[in-house]
Amino acid sequence: MVAGELASDGGAVPREQLRPALRAVPSITRGSIDPVRGDRSEKLARLRELAGDLSPLTLARERSLPVLSSLEELLPDGLQRGSTVAFRGAGSTTLAQAVMAGPTRAGSWAACVGASTMGWAAAVEAGVELERVAVIRSDEGRAPAVLAALVDAFDLVLIGPEHRPDGTEMRRLVARARERGAVLLKLADHPGRGSRVDGGGAGPGPDVELVCESSSWSGPGEGWGSLLARRVTISVRGRRGFDRPRRVDLWLPSPDR
Amino acid sequence: MTPPPGSVVRDPGEHLDLALQNGRGGGSEGAPVRTLAVCCADWPVVAIGPPADRPVAVMAAHRVIAASPAARAEGVVAGLRRREAQARCPSVELHDSDESRDVRAFEAVLAALEDLAPRLEVVEAGRCLVPTRGPSRYHGGDRALADKVLAAVRRAVEAELDVAWPVTVGVGIADGPRAAGLVADEARRRASGAAPIVVAPGATAGFLSPLPVSRLEVLGREPAELVDVLRRLGLRTLGRFAALEAPDVLARFGARGADLHQLASGRERLPPLVSAAPVDLRVSMSLDPPADRVDRAAFAAKALADELHRALGSRGLACSRVLVVAGTDAGDRIERLWRADGALSAAAIAQRVRWQLEGWLGSGRTRSRAHGGVDRLELVPDEVRPDDGLQLGFWGGTSEAGERALRALARVQGLVGADRVLVPEWQGGRAPGERYRLVPIDAVDLSARTTTGPEPWPGSLPAPSPAVVWPEPRPVDVLDAAGRRVGVGGRGLISSPPTSVRLNPGAGPAGAAGVASVRAWAGPWCVDERWWDAVGHRRRARLQVVLAGPDGHETAHLLTLEDGRWWLEATYD
Repeated sequence: MVAGELASDGGAVPREQLRPALRAVPSITRGSIDPVRGDRSEKLARLRELAGDLSPLTLARERSLPVLSSLEELLPDGLQRGSTVAFRGAGSTTLAQAVMAGPTRAGSWAACVGASTMGWAAAVEAGVELERVAVIRSDEGRAPAVLAALVDAFDLVLIGPEHRPDGTEMRRLVARARERGAVLLKLADHPGRGSRVDGGGAGPGPDVELVCESSSWSGPGEGWGSLLARRVTISVRGRRGFDRPRRVDLWLPSPDR
Repeated sequence: MTPPPGSVVRDPGEHLDLALQNGRGGGSEGAPVRTLAVCCADWPVVAIGPPADRPVAVMAAHRVIAASPAARAEGVVAGLRRREAQARCPSVELHDSDESRDVRAFEAVLAALEDLAPRLEVVEAGRCLVPTRGPSRYHGGDRALADKVLAAVRRAVEAELDVAWPVTVGVGIADGPRAAGLVADEARRRASGAAPIVVAPGATAGFLSPLPVSRLEVLGREPAELVDVLRRLGLRTLGRFAALEAPDVLARFGARGADLHQLASGRERLPPLVSAAPVDLRVSMSLDPPADRVDRAAFAAKALADELHRALGSRGLACSRVLVVAGTDAGDRIERLWRADGALSAAAIAQRVRWQLEGWLGSGRTRSRAHGGVDRLELVPDEVRPDDGLQLGFWGGTSEAGERALRALARVQGLVGADRVLVPEWQGGRAPGERYRLVPIDAVDLSARTTTGPEPWPGSLPAPSPAVVWPEPRPVDVLDAAGRRVGVGGRGLISSPPTSVRLNPGAGPAGAAGVASVRAWAGPWCVDERWWDAVGHRRRARLQVVLAGPDGHETAHLLTLEDGRWWLEATYD
């Protein structure tokens, strides 16, 4: 199952590396490796299994979702399909909306669970195409089943601050998202809410973590002006090409709209 | 052919034969079907059923679409904006439009008409059609039939719906369903629909010719777009439009324009000549256990509508008239023909099944006419024609991703309930949380949803909008340098510059962590809403504050002052 591992693990695995694995497939199915065991139906089942494991390879060019040009410095390769992106810090909601904007404009569908505080006017200003957004108001008990159904079909699934999956559930979701090529966006609790402490450390770490470290607003003064723009320093860390932490300065929202 | 009274229970196969007879049988080949049209004025208000002296109006997309006589007397007419309507009649009661409520109420009228004619086609709530060939002969001519229909509709509205004021009903008979619709509309306008108008066979073009082109607007959204162009071209009456050369109209306005040109010239679009009735396209399903609630049956109907839509789509066909048949385990059966000017989308078919079941199983002001639960649903595409691209799938298109998303949402609806799967819709408003609202996905036509509005909304704060809007505003304290609470005076001036904000006043004096100092602030912006209304009157002042946090973290919030208390309304997260 070398091929399978490569397929499910690798975001941008070059084709050349997979060639040997691909060559191994017909030989297994023809039965040259294991000529004694297995009748025809068993071989077919095995072939199907392998085909299922390998199918993401043929979709290599579709393996990432586009992001807005303003976020290219932050996510140079777009959003890797099957990855998990976590947002933390003040400004994370706006950042998550900006991340959602690119894919929804390009025809992807987004579902939001546990995000009843989302300001949709701001989402539109960030560039989100609301025609392809669905919002599910689910209670805590049913959320795991709801999320599983959504990950199967939506390119983007946003888990808002009101739903906090535990470690087991998160692990299951991440595995499912990786298999289906969905991107999980996870918003940490908003700091203004105060009362609850974020205890989501039990699950698997996200592939990319975007932490808004410092932010400064421009626009208002002492009773004059109005909020215009914000400069945010975002630190990027994670796995798969993000293993070296970086800091990026961004306008969120940007002053020229 | 004699229409037996109360002929709800009939065989759909027989229905198709009837359709073929009415469509092309009898007289000369290609003659339009003589049709009676019923058109009730202000049906959305009739469905609400207010007393005669209470002004009521129904709004859709921020415009008045219907008004009660009391409201009309004060000058509230269709097309006004909310504010204009309230300015003309401050006591007017405004309701949001609710198509299913309208259709439920209309079911009472349809039940009354079924006693006169076996075959009804529902266009929308308040408008239906009756092919007159059989019924006219039975009742003694077109004129007699029209009088009887008018009386039956009046009686049904008064007796079943308890509407005390005279409802304006227009009844008209002409060659072809759409021409009849225009005639009924004219009858409604003339002398408050006191008398039905019967246009003699072949005289339809002559009758329509002096009418203004704007009458085409009653036929739907696309004709309404054409009307505007025609008016700018100086073609103000249907007669002038009909006088154009048909090839020129086709060249300039395309197939849709040519179609309306035919209508204006008194030649109705003919039913398509299908050699074999498309019987194989009917889809049906049985529900086990029977559905005793409308939403369960309607949920099943959605899958059925999708199936029909797919079956039609694979043959390149679109359906403009569908027969919905429902049966209960107690043996009751109801069928309705639904007609649309364009092709019916899957969502539209599902919506019509829902309306029909709601009207039948009864909810709100109508009584149930059925016993037991629904155990069988069947959809028969009654009038199909080549799909000319009008047909839209769910979500306004048929991308593969969209269909996958919709299937997943149907599954999620089964998990959490249909009313908790929502889509954002633009509605406009001053407050950041009012600008968009979340509506259940079943309640909207996804292909005709508005997701952006004309910006900026007067009186709203300039962009950027807050990314987090708290569903329940939370109390906060806004303090000045001396520790006093900051207020806003009657002239909209702030009492003293705010210097600190306590985000959790409930935490007590020890909860110093909740106090943040104000780095910058803007405002206040005062909003005085509905000052003429004792109940809905709200005076608020909004303030944007930038709070300094630890290690260079600044957070911005939108605070609201109302009745002397400050609230955290939204956060610019």
